[in-house]
Amino acid sequence: MKRLGLSGNYAVAYAVKMADVDVIAAYPITPQTTIVEKLSEFVANGELEAEYINVESEHSAMSACVGASLTGARVFTATSAQGLAYMHEVLFMASGLRTPIVMANVNRALSAPLNIWNDHSDAMAERDAGWIQLWVTSAQEAFDATLEAFKIAEDVLLPVMVNLDGFIVSHTYEPVVLPDEGLVRGFVPSRPLQNRVSPKFAYSIGVVGPPEAYYEMKYQVVDAIEKSREKIRDVDKEFGERFGREYKFVNEYMMEDAEYALVTMGALTGTAKVVASGLRKEGERVGVLSIRCFRPFPKEEIVALLGDLKGVGVVDRAVTPGGPSNPLFAEVATTLYERGSRPLLQSFVAGLGGRDVPADDFKSMFGLVKDVVREGKSRPCIYVGLRE
Amino acid sequence: MTLGFRTIKEVPKDEFLAPGHRMCAGCTAATAIRQVLKAAGRNIIVTTATGCLEVATSYFPQTAWRVPWVHLGFENTAALASGIESAMKALRRKKKSEENPHVIAIGGDGGTFDIGLQALSGALERGHDFLYICYDNEAYMNTGIQRSSATPYCAATTTCPPGKRSMGQKTQKKDLVGIAVAHEIPYAATACPSYPIDLMNKVKKGLEVEGPALLHILTPCPTGWRFDISLGIELGKMAVLTGLWPLYEVENGVTRLTVQVPKREPVKKYLELQGRFRHLTEEEINRIQERADRLALKFGMGPLRQ
Repeated sequence: MKRLGLSGNYAVAYAVKMADVDVIAAYPITPQTTIVEKLSEFVANGELEAEYINVESEHSAMSACVGASLTGARVFTATSAQGLAYMHEVLFMASGLRTPIVMANVNRALSAPLNIWNDHSDAMAERDAGWIQLWVTSAQEAFDATLEAFKIAEDVLLPVMVNLDGFIVSHTYEPVVLPDEGLVRGFVPSRPLQNRVSPKFAYSIGVVGPPEAYYEMKYQVVDAIEKSREKIRDVDKEFGERFGREYKFVNEYMMEDAEYALVTMGALTGTAKVVASGLRKEGERVGVLSIRCFRPFPKEEIVALLGDLKGVGVVDRAVTPGGPSNPLFAEVATTLYERGSRPLLQSFVAGLGGRDVPADDFKSMFGLVKDVVREGKSRPCIYVGLRE
Repeated sequence: MTLGFRTIKEVPKDEFLAPGHRMCAGCTAATAIRQVLKAAGRNIIVTTATGCLEVATSYFPQTAWRVPWVHLGFENTAALASGIESAMKALRRKKKSEENPHVIAIGGDGGTFDIGLQALSGALERGHDFLYICYDNEAYMNTGIQRSSATPYCAATTTCPPGKRSMGQKTQKKDLVGIAVAHEIPYAATACPSYPIDLMNKVKKGLEVEGPALLHILTPCPTGWRFDISLGIELGKMAVLTGLWPLYEVENGVTRLTVQVPKREPVKKYLELQGRFRHLTEEEINRIQERADRLALKFGMGPLRQ
């Protein structure tokens, strides 16, 4: 075990190296690039025995990953924003063909206007692609989630996207505990995976699924991601036992006796926690719930942890223009709808295109949640920090 | 280098493309792929871009493929093949597998000339050891005969129909082999199923070289070109004999005509067999003849039969 100062991106690269991947296919894009630069370096130095495919686009990156994964190789790629959007159709093929690809998506705003900074619009636009989505808030979590991702993906035969906030997590150096390589291999053994493309069997893969078959084939993905909940829980538990850091579908902060809470994802969580802790000292019963596993969505946890609160604010770092609400809010609201009594929900949008969301903004969000509860009615989505 | 086939009798009797697939009656793309697979043998992995061949051979729950086969998307079959080839290489090096199959990627002209050109260029440039096959029926036949950048000058398709202001396709076919050769790959060639021995030997060569190889196969399409379903092989022959489809190969930059045409037929004999050229006037026919003459000069074919 050693402790290194690593950026979130380097933490991902170290996890990929320790997982002994066989194939990496990637294309540069800010703010992801330092992940694949580091991996190229590992391959060039012989520290990682892998084929590194310098593809000519993200579309080809994901396509090559699918091909490689079908042979039973362990594969990895990384991207951001436009790159993820460019992969869009292949993401569905990757889950449809049940390829256990692991991808780091370093969250960045989608153009236009062109913006290299952080928000969640890239990953939110791929909600329905049949990928498991993990979200992290620190470099250590990025390392841990990447390792877990290989195990989850290969156990349930679904691709996994590890999301880390562009620059905020990806480029911030933090102390990261790296376990011994032997321990990592014990957790994700380096062995050939189930291979479906081999000269040994004449399988046809990626066939035409006519109306009599497509529905059932698609349902298999739905079923697999539903059933992956159990497996993710097991992997989180095993990870905790082996490495001493245990993860769950959601991270709770001061939720035990909370009356009001904010729901967040990614790096915003840190500021929200600091503000909540300050408000607690003033006697406010507030908490923070951050979503670590967005797909499959933690329905049970949301109901159990938010169901009895008075008011909940949901902070989206992405928008659904013209929709009734924004992505994360929609998920939370839908989940709570099934319950007869539920808290008042207030929708917030914050931090688009890398706009800073300072502590004061969280303070006012907590205040607004309290206000709407007092008023007995939530307000239309509040765009926090938006200039008139 | 392994000796090529000299006569049709030496060609294996194995059929790796099963009969009963759904390609149109008279389709020569099916014939071409049948020949490709005979030459390639069993130790292969095939990828195929979306298109006629893909939809007509893999309609669940049936498949016509007796070799391992993967389809992913329309524009990415060369990238898919890159991933398979690289993974096999990595797994062998890491002693996780001993398998060492040839990788063959197949795309139609739309999937190669147009939407798949970027992925193809990337795969050729990176030097993956694979054979790319373009079966070229000169339009998007799977979606109902729309023009592609492989559609020849003046041909009628549903998106370049002749009319008061149009004689059909306005542009000339791209030089796919030229594009491939510009990547300095070790082997690229043209072929036509009407010349099966030539085609199959080119497949063998393409698989044998280390690095990328490309085979561009003209596959006359009765549905899109509008000719009688019995005439596919004849059409391919006429394309070659008129000089419009020279059969040649480029090995490490050296170009060689593989089927000589001592006396070329006039292009009119090729054009008049096809409904897609029915609207042409003498002027366009002459222009197409001039193109055949230029190709004959470039590749060293014989003079026009008078």
